[in-house]
Amino acid sequence: MIPPEIAITVRVNERDYVERVAPRLLLSDFLRHQLGLTGTHVGCEHGVCGACTVLLDGAAVRSCLLLAVQADGARITTVEGLARDGEPLHPVQEAFREMHGLQCGFCTPGVLLSAVELLRDTPHPDDATIRRGLAGNLCRCTGYQNIVRAVRRAAELLDRR
Amino acid sequence: MTTRAIGARIPRNEDPRLLRGLGCFVDDVNPAGVLHGAVLRSPHAHARIVSIDTARARALSGVVLVLTAPDLGEQNQPTPLLIPNPNLTHPRTPRPLARDEVRFVGEPVVFVVARDRYVAEDAVAAIDVTWEPLPAVASIETALADGAPLVHADVPGNRAARMVQRVGDPDGAFASAARVLHEQLFIERSCGSPIEGRGVVAEYDPRAGTLRVWSSTQAPLPIKNGLARLFGLPEFRVDVIAPDVGGGFGTKIMLFYPEEILVPFAAVRLGRPVKWTEDRREHLIAATQERGQRHDVEVAVDADGRILALRDRFLHDAGAYTPYGIVVPIITSTQLPGPYKLRNYAVEFDVVYTNTAMVTPYRGAGRPHGAFVMERVIGLIARELSLEPAEVRRRNFIQPHEFPWDVGLTFQDGGPTRYDSGNYPLGLELVLARLGPGDFRRRQAEARREERYLGLGIGCYVEGTGIGPYEGAHVRIEPSGRVFVATGLTTQGQGHQTTFAQIAADALGCDPADVTVVTGDTRKFNWGAGTFASRALVTSGNAIGIAALKVRDKVLRIAAELLEVSSDDLELAGGVVGVRGMPDTALTLGALATVANPIRYAFGKEAAEAALRLVKPRKGAVLAPGEEPGLEAYGYYAPPHATFASGCHAAIVEVDIATGDVKILRYVVQHDCGTVVNPTVVEGQIHGGVAQGIGGALYERIVYDEQGQPLTTTFMDFLMPTTMEVPEIEIIHTETPSPLNPLGIKGVGEAGAIPVPALIAEAVDDALAPFGVRVREMPLNPGRVLALLAEGRATA
Ligand code: FES
Ligand code: FES
Repeated sequence: MIPPEIAITVRVNERDYVERVAPRLLLSDFLRHQLGLTGTHVGCEHGVCGACTVLLDGAAVRSCLLLAVQADGARITTVEGLARDGEPLHPVQEAFREMHGLQCGFCTPGVLLSAVELLRDTPHPDDATIRRGLAGNLCRCTGYQNIVRAVRRAAELLDRR
Repeated sequence: MTTRAIGARIPRNEDPRLLRGLGCFVDDVNPAGVLHGAVLRSPHAHARIVSIDTARARALSGVVLVLTAPDLGEQNQPTPLLIPNPNLTHPRTPRPLARDEVRFVGEPVVFVVARDRYVAEDAVAAIDVTWEPLPAVASIETALADGAPLVHADVPGNRAARMVQRVGDPDGAFASAARVLHEQLFIERSCGSPIEGRGVVAEYDPRAGTLRVWSSTQAPLPIKNGLARLFGLPEFRVDVIAPDVGGGFGTKIMLFYPEEILVPFAAVRLGRPVKWTEDRREHLIAATQERGQRHDVEVAVDADGRILALRDRFLHDAGAYTPYGIVVPIITSTQLPGPYKLRNYAVEFDVVYTNTAMVTPYRGAGRPHGAFVMERVIGLIARELSLEPAEVRRRNFIQPHEFPWDVGLTFQDGGPTRYDSGNYPLGLELVLARLGPGDFRRRQAEARREERYLGLGIGCYVEGTGIGPYEGAHVRIEPSGRVFVATGLTTQGQGHQTTFAQIAADALGCDPADVTVVTGDTRKFNWGAGTFASRALVTSGNAIGIAALKVRDKVLRIAAELLEVSSDDLELAGGVVGVRGMPDTALTLGALATVANPIRYAFGKEAAEAALRLVKPRKGAVLAPGEEPGLEAYGYYAPPHATFASGCHAAIVEVDIATGDVKILRYVVQHDCGTVVNPTVVEGQIHGGVAQGIGGALYERIVYDEQGQPLTTTFMDFLMPTTMEVPEIEIIHTETPSPLNPLGIKGVGEAGAIPVPALIAEAVDDALAPFGVRVREMPLNPGRVLALLAEGRATA
């Protein structure tokens, strides 16, 4: 028997939602299919690839390992929240463009949010710190080199702000 | 004068959209009322299906459709054999749903459609299948053993194909050689594993009789035409769209994957849109895989290390079916000679069925194996004659004046294996100059005194790229001045929306940012093949160049008429055309596009002005006989045969003899892909290729147990490299343009991955020389390195 839906309240990208969700609905599916925020991607659904990374109350988490009901009352940032409609690219996004830090772009939203968290906690990371900070995001296209350069560049751009 | 766009480091047109999370990947396509599919897959490597009871599944609330093989009727026929070959005497392709027998874990058996994916998976779990397990063969060895169980009852000995090729007189050369050396080499299974798995969405409109399919594929056009045939629909009522594709690497071109038939079938049957999105477990068991060969190689050399002849016999693991023919082993056998003069060469291979996932090309497509074998042979010669491996290479390279060089074999495309241009010795010297081998030997000796083990490895390759049949393009200038380019093949991260734009922009004298490129959408362009074999920029790039030059001619002709000058006096640059030296005559491309269309919906000031100012009173019809409206053209490019790119990679590694870990300290790449359209994009391709090569060399392994159960079904078991494993890669570009195509381009998509296992093997050999280690198998995970050390110590 499918258990009844549960009401949750979440603030996603500075917008409040009151939604009814099945108890077993993954947070990643909730964001993608119920809220239509398809920028969050799913690459493995078992917590390894990091493509589904979002910020939950400021911390980078894997939305495929959380249930939507666990996000009740939380504040979430997805890639769509980094630069909203009409706003220029966020410095981290801009840096990825400048440094060719993406190819297919599938891993990119998760990488961007991990980078945002990393640069918030360590505004001037060296390469080893960047590599360690992004070790939980798999990318099959770039070989990571330009991702590392992009994060370095993002640190510069954020400094200038 | 604008600067040339070709060759410039231009930021990518596709990035802002992707960075904002506004990409549209196949799982982002959600037609109203879409239903969701899930597949019941075989849990057995080999079994007979005794019965399938779907009653419990059908009874679940939210389940809409449950399909088994008989429900598909005619549409459940075996999928077409993509590339037949007379040597493939026993081809077998899968059916969308297995009928009476399953041949690998992951083979689709039942397709369920439900309200959402969760319910669809509940339904899959509620299907009761009675299986009669059959004995399975999970490796080449067991498949070839006497009395081995048969993957296909009607394929004796599990042998799908056997092919023998010969150049020169290898037997004669062996008989008279100073030395003959022999080695056995093994490369394990791996897979492409793009971060986006596969996925299909289909929508059928019964009123219009149209079928529209979105697939995360590298080849929408063949799928479109195939689906039209299969469903008895006119081709013009079927559209297939590859939206943003999250990496392909060969895995996404199988033609047809079962789901590419199941999802459209369900959509047509239900008259409602249906989606299926692959999960990672499904990908790692049911998507196609590659590598997996066992080689027995013999080389005849003279006293100076010059190769006189080479003989290679190898076994190629096909998995359970051969939908893609025998392309992979053909490439291995024809590309094995690499950059070396091989005048006497005999190669034979057997293609063997096993009860494992199907094998089709994965980035490199047979070449990493060929390069591994050839470069191991170079190492063998070096060891035998106490030479540096680099020196053995020098003595055997094809020289720059020897092009075109005919290898003497038939290539994968049926054309000659004829190297068109290149400079192999230069590549090696550039890489060595960057690494400083003399200095390295000194450091290596010092390190050994501290019991640290450093090694240098080199890997050279030649890659046949840009094969036919052909691609085409449509180029059109709009009244806004924007240029629209469409081509049939797809993009899955290669930056085609930028490099294709650069080619069109150069021809049309405009900014690449003003060029919009559409790929992989049969609604926009419906001739061509797909993105594979490092062919996109060669084939579509040249087609776009050809079409854009036709448009340019028309631009100049119309401008010359309007300005009443000869087109020789005109200059086209910066998005405007005018009389050279007379800036006030300048006309924008948009204004000319307006004028070129006799029905001028002249929105906008510039267009209105253009219409008023430029159009003269006419005599006769608006369009002169033979004239076409607008500024647009079609262009096609069919290469005469493959164009051969090349490169040399080298690395310094350190091996930890306590843990078996191999760490890459430096990695240098020289590559030559002819004309470079965008160096940034090319570097990105190489970085990614090398990373995949490193994965294949050190970590990635698809493992089956003896019963054919896959053991690597998550990213915790199938280990792809992360930021921590891939080093900085230093790149040296050299450009030897191809004489075969107008732009001089060679492909580069697969290049990065090809020589990596070969050079890691050489580097580990070198590092562990004091222990007498000889690398014969890939990948070199820590366990295998430790085993090699133990073996070396035991024989020392
Ligand atoms: S999809 Fe969540 S970690 Fe891979
Ligand atoms: S850009 Fe394709 S997976 Fe990272």
